[in-house]
Amino acid sequence: MNPMTTSFMARFAQNRGAMVGLLILALVLLLAVCAPLLYPESPWRMVQRPFLAPGEVAGFPLGTDTMGRDVAAGLAHGAWVSLLIGLVSTAVALSIGVPLGALAGYFGGRVDDVLMRLTEFFQTIPNFALAIVLVAILEPSTSSIVLAIAVVSWPPVARLVRGEFLSLKRREYVEAALLVGQRHRDIIIKQILPNALSPIIVLASLMVATAILLESSLSFLGLGDPDTMSWGYMIGAARTVMRQAWWLSVIPGVAILLTVLALNLVGEGLDDALNPQLARPRQ
Amino acid sequence: MMKLSRSLLVLVASASLTITAWGKTPQSGGMINVAIQPEPPGLMLGLIQNAPTQRVAGNIYEGLLRYSTDLKPQPQLAQSWDISDDGMTYTFHLHDGVKWHDGQPFSADDVVFSADVFLRQTNPRTRMILQHVKSIQAPDPQTVVFQLKAPFPPFIQAFEVGTMPMVPKHIYEGTDFRSNPANNTPIGTGPFKFVKWDRGSVIQLAKNEDYYEPGKPYLDGIYWHVIPDAASRAAAYENGTLDVMPAGSVENFDIPRLSGLDNSCMTEKGNEYFNPFAMLWLNNREGPTRDARFRQAVMYAMDRDFAKNVLWNGLGNVAQGPFSTKLAAHDENIKGYPYDPDKAKALLDEMGYDGEPVRLLPMPYGETWTRWGEAIRQNLEAVGINVETEATDVAGWNQRISQWNYDIAFTYLFQYGDPALGIARTYISSNIAKGSPWNNVEGYRNPEVDQLFTEAAGMNDPDKRQALYHQIQHKLYDDVPVAWLMELGFPTIYRCNVHDLISTGIGLSDGFKNAWIEQ
Repeated sequence: MNPMTTSFMARFAQNRGAMVGLLILALVLLLAVCAPLLYPESPWRMVQRPFLAPGEVAGFPLGTDTMGRDVAAGLAHGAWVSLLIGLVSTAVALSIGVPLGALAGYFGGRVDDVLMRLTEFFQTIPNFALAIVLVAILEPSTSSIVLAIAVVSWPPVARLVRGEFLSLKRREYVEAALLVGQRHRDIIIKQILPNALSPIIVLASLMVATAILLESSLSFLGLGDPDTMSWGYMIGAARTVMRQAWWLSVIPGVAILLTVLALNLVGEGLDDALNPQLARPRQ
Repeated sequence: MMKLSRSLLVLVASASLTITAWGKTPQSGGMINVAIQPEPPGLMLGLIQNAPTQRVAGNIYEGLLRYSTDLKPQPQLAQSWDISDDGMTYTFHLHDGVKWHDGQPFSADDVVFSADVFLRQTNPRTRMILQHVKSIQAPDPQTVVFQLKAPFPPFIQAFEVGTMPMVPKHIYEGTDFRSNPANNTPIGTGPFKFVKWDRGSVIQLAKNEDYYEPGKPYLDGIYWHVIPDAASRAAAYENGTLDVMPAGSVENFDIPRLSGLDNSCMTEKGNEYFNPFAMLWLNNREGPTRDARFRQAVMYAMDRDFAKNVLWNGLGNVAQGPFSTKLAAHDENIKGYPYDPDKAKALLDEMGYDGEPVRLLPMPYGETWTRWGEAIRQNLEAVGINVETEATDVAGWNQRISQWNYDIAFTYLFQYGDPALGIARTYISSNIAKGSPWNNVEGYRNPEVDQLFTEAAGMNDPDKRQALYHQIQHKLYDDVPVAWLMELGFPTIYRCNVHDLISTGIGLSDGFKNAWIEQ
């Protein structure tokens, strides 16, 4: 392992919150990966009496929902869906935001004006409202949800990348590269982008958390993919029976809370580890 | 389960207690607050036939007759009526002094226009009934004569407000009915007038002061509250905002709790005429559902007892075949398809089903229907059918079904007291026409069945009629043109001091003209 990586790891490990976050995230990931092994049957299967409280019947540690579906199976399969949607939509958002921000920041001038007006246009529309409209128009499905989340979450990326490029493009190594005659494309990709990566990584980790929340909110409103068991769906479907069976909403709710919290902690840890000069002193 | 049935007993007992209140003298005054779920797509009852539309608009519009809980005709706009001995001439004598809400007098011309022109164009079910009618004439302003082509005994059941609402000739004649701006401010003869509709929030109706029955209606007005979320609706009933929760506005698991509250009553009455029957449209034209073996497999794959017990809280009955068991024409010998996944798998193997995905369109009428969609998808997937659920809103659901753009779709249909009125429309091939979600949208064509339905409808001899209907049921049972789910139980929950809320077999959909609040 090279010294750079070791020092990064060491700094990250110093942040106790980040380590806890990483641990939770690892557990969620493990749950998601093992879901098909632990519960090979569909989580939609009606397997026992409805409204079983957690632990009431052996084999159903988290009980059953309004239709006798195993909550634990739903939670495991939902973990996979939440993580997948979070990661994929973040990747899509990055693939829109990074190039736009890079072009705007690097070339400046008219290119910058056009791209930034476009970005601002998206920023003026409330995220969640736009996501609802998009999903409603496209009909709810996993791909339309990923697309909707990506469309509402790329503008901050574009702005961040533009800012980084604006400051980095004045550095001497960029001028040197220009003098040597490197093409703009190479300078953007090979010279500037690697140096702008750390804030992007931090932002991306937080975006995954936001995406998971967005997906859950959409599913909660009944705009999720009707064929996918997700945590948001579980809360939405159990909301009307909150009085009879509170645990049906609380269990997936806690799952969302923990996952999002973990991602935020990890994001913060990454931020500190990647920018040691800026790291706040901790008690 | 013991606990449940005991609480049901208490409910039934408390519901029957309220009957004693019928002896009291009605008191005038008071507004009533009613839940409406889902929000109707429009209120012009001549154009839109969704259940929520009729529930509201049944107060604004009226038919010539209404029907008692044992389905006997009763006067409404028609004061009296005669049927000639040969069963070919129906004469209606209209009520005196009836006015439209805009003050124009109502006359026999309006009846002729409504039945002969308007509804023939706009309502496929009424159009089908009117195929039996040779002419409709108004010899004088108070009399209407329907002359039939051949005897059609069920005809007298067809004058209910949803089937044959009277619409104002002076507003609609010569216009494009569907785009007439008056559709937004419906004008009828009913006990309540349209006041305003805040979309997504409330529909307000006010007492018709000029109503032709003296003293009625008793209520000053009706607020129909649009509350899309079931838990919020239940809370609104608990905190006193709502007085009446019509069927479908309370999630089934909440029925025992809400009806057990203080001053809360429940009744299953007022459902006799409609007798709602839930089923799945199976597209007979294309895809795997085109194969009768696939459709039979769907029947075997579904665990309908589960749906009844878990989703409908034990209310209603599992359908035994194409005819509701509550209809006189039902054949006792037909024993519905049992839950038999193995048989379903065998049928799918036999037809060589290759896993081609089928699209399932659930009904956007609330939680229970969404959950039911999930349960049936699970049942179908368990026997190896690939299902993709497509969620829509009410308008989208109407549109998808009307345009035949589905493979499997949920619906529920009213029976209208007679197979010729409520059932034939789903199966006869002359009723295949794009644009309506209520006709033969599955595209089933069987000349034999067509012929039998025609014969049965015109048969004056009850025994022969019965025999013909039995034959039809056996044929439909084998072909499975649609998948029969359940005869739905439709309970109404209301404050016990609201009296005479339901006085006919049409229930809440027939208007609140007799309802009154005990102060």
